Amino acid sequence: MTNLKSAYSFSSKKQKFDTHIIVVWVDNEAGVLARVVGLFSGRGYNIESLAVAEVDQKLNISRITIVTTGTPQVIDQIKLQLKKLVPVHKVADFRREDKNVIFKEMALFKIMGNKSKLEKAFKACKKYDAVILDKTNKSIVIQITALRREIDSMTKNLKKFGLVSVSRTGAVAMTRGAEVFK
Amino acid sequence: MSKLYSGAEIVFKCLQDQGASHAFGYPGGAVLPIYDELKNFKSIKHILVRHEQGAGHAAEGYARSTGKPGVLIVTSGPGATNAVTALTDAYMDSVPIVCISGQVPTHLIGTDAFQECDTTGITRPCTKHNWLVKDIKDLAKTIHKAFEVATTGRPGPVLVDVPKDIQFQKTTYKNYKKLNKSNSKSYNHFSKNDIDELVNLIRKASKPIFYTGGGVVNSGPKASELLRELVHATGFPITTTLNGLGSYPADDNQFLGMLGMHGTYEANNAMYECDLMINIGARFDDRITGKIDEFSPKSKKVHIDIDPSSINKNVKVDLAIIGDVKTVVASIIKTLNKKKPNFVKSNKQKTSKWWKKIQKWRSKRSLDYIGSEETIKPQYAVERLYELTKNKDIYITTEVGQHQMWAAQYYKFNKPNRWMTSGGLGTMGYGLPAAVGVQVAHPNKLVIDIAGEASVLMTMQEMSTAVQYGLPIKIFILNNQYMGMVRQWQELLHDKNYSESYTAALPDFVKLAEAYGCVGLRAKTPEELDDKIIEMLNTDQPVIFDCRVDKEENCFPMIPSGKPHNQMLLGPKDQKEKKITRKGRTLV
Repeated sequence: MTNLKSAYSFSSKKQKFDTHIIVVWVDNEAGVLARVVGLFSGRGYNIESLAVAEVDQKLNISRITIVTTGTPQVIDQIKLQLKKLVPVHKVADFRREDKNVIFKEMALFKIMGNKSKLEKAFKACKKYDAVILDKTNKSIVIQITALRREIDSMTKNLKKFGLVSVSRTGAVAMTRGAEVFK
Repeated sequence: MSKLYSGAEIVFKCLQDQGASHAFGYPGGAVLPIYDELKNFKSIKHILVRHEQGAGHAAEGYARSTGKPGVLIVTSGPGATNAVTALTDAYMDSVPIVCISGQVPTHLIGTDAFQECDTTGITRPCTKHNWLVKDIKDLAKTIHKAFEVATTGRPGPVLVDVPKDIQFQKTTYKNYKKLNKSNSKSYNHFSKNDIDELVNLIRKASKPIFYTGGGVVNSGPKASELLRELVHATGFPITTTLNGLGSYPADDNQFLGMLGMHGTYEANNAMYECDLMINIGARFDDRITGKIDEFSPKSKKVHIDIDPSSINKNVKVDLAIIGDVKTVVASIIKTLNKKKPNFVKSNKQKTSKWWKKIQKWRSKRSLDYIGSEETIKPQYAVERLYELTKNKDIYITTEVGQHQMWAAQYYKFNKPNRWMTSGGLGTMGYGLPAAVGVQVAHPNKLVIDIAGEASVLMTMQEMSTAVQYGLPIKIFILNNQYMGMVRQWQELLHDKNYSESYTAALPDFVKLAEAYGCVGLRAKTPEELDDKIIEMLNTDQPVIFDCRVDKEENCFPMIPSGKPHNQMLLGPKDQKEKKITRKGRTLV
């Protein structure tokens, strides 16, 4: 593609894509999620996962956590464009490799099978803070919290124990230590 | 108990408190309560357009020529969707307009009611922000906030969607005192160090250039004055973008003309070879940069902009200064004068070689064209129009295409806010309604829309508006019967396959003018052109001027696709030497 350089396109220089976690504090008002998501789709940015919920009922603040990939230039643009939105209060950006930040996703697994399979399934999940939320003779629902790739591999592993349904959240993030992002 | 006002009254109370003098609009079911109140608010004059897109562009023309926000009122559904093009246009060119749209009553929202559409959903990506007002108590607050958002920072369009039942409901209204929230305070994020660094770069540069844009105009007339001062204090050359025209006097010797795809040879070559580029209020648009990999390869780049997201969006810069042009430039002048009084004299030697080079490029006379005695060359028409109007305080709007570029190249602007053109979105049909808006704001000034016959037909219905309000706008059509720019690209890039770019059944523009109740004029030869233009200028009515020009004239100079700034196509003589490559052809 290098010889197909265009006058009216971006540089064809290949740049590395990084994974970033963008955290956005917004007013919890109608349409605010559409504004944030629309900005990503309208400008061609990626969304790998998304988690959003109100975190301050008094001030009506929601916290949106978006996992995205892009070149450093694109990541910069994402942050700057987000900051221009009227309901956005602040924007934080973490690299996925950042050791000072905790990332977590939650997953629910429904397993169907005989007793021994169900036990094995639960055992396999144990290291990810597994909790049994529901139990019948034929099935269990297990909740785990872990990293994205850990949940990915668990969904593969659990197949053999009778995994029939998976439901999972996007990542949420928080910094370690006593500091708070301002 | 304090007085209760209906939502419709509150809309006008807000407009009044915001100092709006005019509203462009079109009534309909969902805004009837608002139109019912119009009679009680004499300070706001309503201009009835013929299509909501026209209301939007008129509001843009009003805003650009005054620096104040333009207001439009449209009904729900088609009223709102018709305004979308104008909103997008204003968004691209950073024009402050406030759109009040009607909406079906709140209890009908979401039921696919008659003339219902998701207005805030549709306009979300083409406004700075929009609001659906669901509670009468929020109405006043929202409209005032809308004006604030539209006019502060980088200006732009906003929309407030008001359901019909809210327009009937009543609540109290507190008079609003406009906070004097100037751009300077909350939007300036630069330090003294940044300015010092820039002044150091200025002192070190031997091949500098100022590249300035619409941000200078948006920052107000004072910014243009300061820019003049800065350019004179440095002795550096300056080029402006399409939307920056007028922010620096075109007849000044330091001015190199417009840059970019149809910019002058000297401006583009200077951009390519400079060692210091100071971008003030421009955004490195693709029509400016040409091939981005080879854009100004040897320069240190400084970018002054009020919008942080403009920095490093298209071109990586070495120094970014985020702030309002007016404040930043004032600060640069102050620092420069303090550190290096008489800089322009002491630095003259350093840039003399650079100026020599620029003179050499200038001597190419890239705007020259081959004249004719039989047919009117479009460039000649614009030149004559300029010569015959240059002593008046004149406002020019344009449509989009070849005529727009010729107007930009041959009409010389000396003041800001005199040039209204659709730069970012490139909206054909912009100029006529924009001229309506400009004339409304400046009833005693001369307003001319330099138009193309294809563009102007897109919003021709607004002639009816001009006639209704006695707005003596002049529609100067460079009629070549082709969509000229499309034809030019087809000639240069698509083997002269003129697919659908010829308009076979054009109306008789003189008769059309008469049908609208205004004056039609026509010029067919260079000989009669001046007399006809003078006749147009002496007519105190709206005029449609059908200027029959050379059908196959192309707009030069031109940076062809796939080429950097230093490989321009000049006029007809030069064309044979620099063919557009096959690759370039695919990369429009």
